[in-house]
Amino acid sequence: MSTKTSGGERGHPPGGRTRLSVRRSARLVERHLMIHRHTPGVLVAEIFEPLLYLLSIGVGIGRLVGDVPGVADSAAGYSAFVAPALLATAAMNGAMNETTFNLLRKLRVDRVYDSMLTTPMTVWDIALGEVCWAVLRGTLAATGFLAVIAVLGLVQSPWALLVVPCAALVGFAFAAVGLAVTTFLRGWQDFQYIQLAMLPMFLFATTFYPLDVYPRPAQAAVACLPLYQSIQLTREIALGRVGPPLLVAVVYLVLMGLAGLVVARGRLARVLLS
Amino acid sequence: MALQTPADDVLLHADGLVKRYRRTRRSEPFTAVDGIGFAVRRGEAFGFLGPNGAGKSSTMRMIACVSPASAGTLRVLGHDPAADGALIRSRIGVVPQDDTLDAELTVRENILVYGRYFGLPRRAVRGKAAELLEFAQLTERADSPVENLSGGMRRRLTIARSLVNDPEILLLDEPTTGLDPQARHALWDKLFRLKRSGITLILTTHYMDEAEQLCDRLVVMDHGRIVATDTPAGLIGRHSTPEVLELRFHPGAQSVMAEKLADLAVRTEVLPERLLLYTADGRTTLTRVLARNADPLTSLVRRATLEDVFLTLTGRTLVD
Repeated sequence: MSTKTSGGERGHPPGGRTRLSVRRSARLVERHLMIHRHTPGVLVAEIFEPLLYLLSIGVGIGRLVGDVPGVADSAAGYSAFVAPALLATAAMNGAMNETTFNLLRKLRVDRVYDSMLTTPMTVWDIALGEVCWAVLRGTLAATGFLAVIAVLGLVQSPWALLVVPCAALVGFAFAAVGLAVTTFLRGWQDFQYIQLAMLPMFLFATTFYPLDVYPRPAQAAVACLPLYQSIQLTREIALGRVGPPLLVAVVYLVLMGLAGLVVARGRLARVLLS
Repeated sequence: MALQTPADDVLLHADGLVKRYRRTRRSEPFTAVDGIGFAVRRGEAFGFLGPNGAGKSSTMRMIACVSPASAGTLRVLGHDPAADGALIRSRIGVVPQDDTLDAELTVRENILVYGRYFGLPRRAVRGKAAELLEFAQLTERADSPVENLSGGMRRRLTIARSLVNDPEILLLDEPTTGLDPQARHALWDKLFRLKRSGITLILTTHYMDEAEQLCDRLVVMDHGRIVATDTPAGLIGRHSTPEVLELRFHPGAQSVMAEKLADLAVRTEVLPERLLLYTADGRTTLTRVLARNADPLTSLVRRATLEDVFLTLTGRTLVD
């Protein structure tokens, strides 16, 4: 069996013990694929929102902006500066929609996991399976968006292909934290709190302008935002500036995802295995 | 509990089993199951009979390894749910009280996906799904969404789904609650077939006719405790007279009449609408009642049922 045990935790409910199997998690992804076989259109719909931002702000405002300071040497126009940030956002939203909106329905309304837990599937498998599925959605959205911006001539470097695994990492970090947050939601009305965090982050995490427009103390605060780290990773790579400083963002997102996953697993066990 | 059969034939064993819930972190724990013990042998149909809130579902959830026991020991198929939950779950089938069918999938897909959760190969689970749909008489509905199914069909699909892994034990929590009489009888037929095929059935019910129909042995539960264990006939023999005379008098007159007629019965029970006289021979008792000019509005002589057992043991009716 492909089961491995990471010990050390005590007092967990049966079935919710620290057993985790990638193969079992994949079966949850299989369920979601079976459902989306009927509605494949939903999967591509997610590239439209970033595309609208790109056309309105990137292209539209880009006319007024001209070249962006610090990017001028790579001959990237404002659109090429904004596009990778929107790609990171697409990966974030694609993944997070799955583990927030869709997951709350599966958890509270459809009660999909109740029947899953009467099989050998564990809470770990569910947490990991949902995050994997969300990563798939986020990566798909980001890849679709990459194809569109490539067609629009906004891709500057062959390094840009590297943004696909980066998008997967961004998706992982946000999916796992989204899942953890969703287990605390009391109902649909609580989504406004998520919106309250997500919208300002989208606007201020250097999506549309570089970090140095902020005064120093604000720069430090913005640099702590997970979306800033995500944008930093995709933008630098898309602009061909690959180097060791990007490891900071990679480590940040990996740790954020792992922390989210552990919290989510514990919370799911509490909610589902009473 | 003394067991006459070899230990390896005992599929399910509990001793001093307790389940406490805490609504919030600070609230006092609520005891749903209060130290129960039982043993079930291979091939038996074993029932938990009791009113809502007796602790039946909590017990079932512990057996199904989705709810940790608060105290006591529980062994399912010789394993400890706390240590080997996934292993146990791979060998049992669960039919929960609320149908937890996957609303986003079709009838057939529900079985396919569920089979995959058990790690069954795709090809094997496809064949199994066809067989189970036939068993559940749902072959014609195989490709319809589950939301279009009637209550009886949904329950049959839930049972079919629970059989996908060829379970040794099938747990059925209130299998026919909410179904119309016709659907109930159809479902009982299915359960009889499963029992004949050698599957051990564990079921909860608050219907005494269901318990009498399906169970070889049962426990009567009340307030989280087991108040009696036996065969249905054994329970009736031990805790009730063979027959019951049910009399209905004008509203409010039941208690007065109970006092007047008490000497004619082994025991009397006053219900809001009825007076029950427990007796070995209902017909003779009725003759005596009429000889006293008691003049009931209606009268009925019937066999004693598990309802009477429950009433005797707890002083309350099963379904309020």
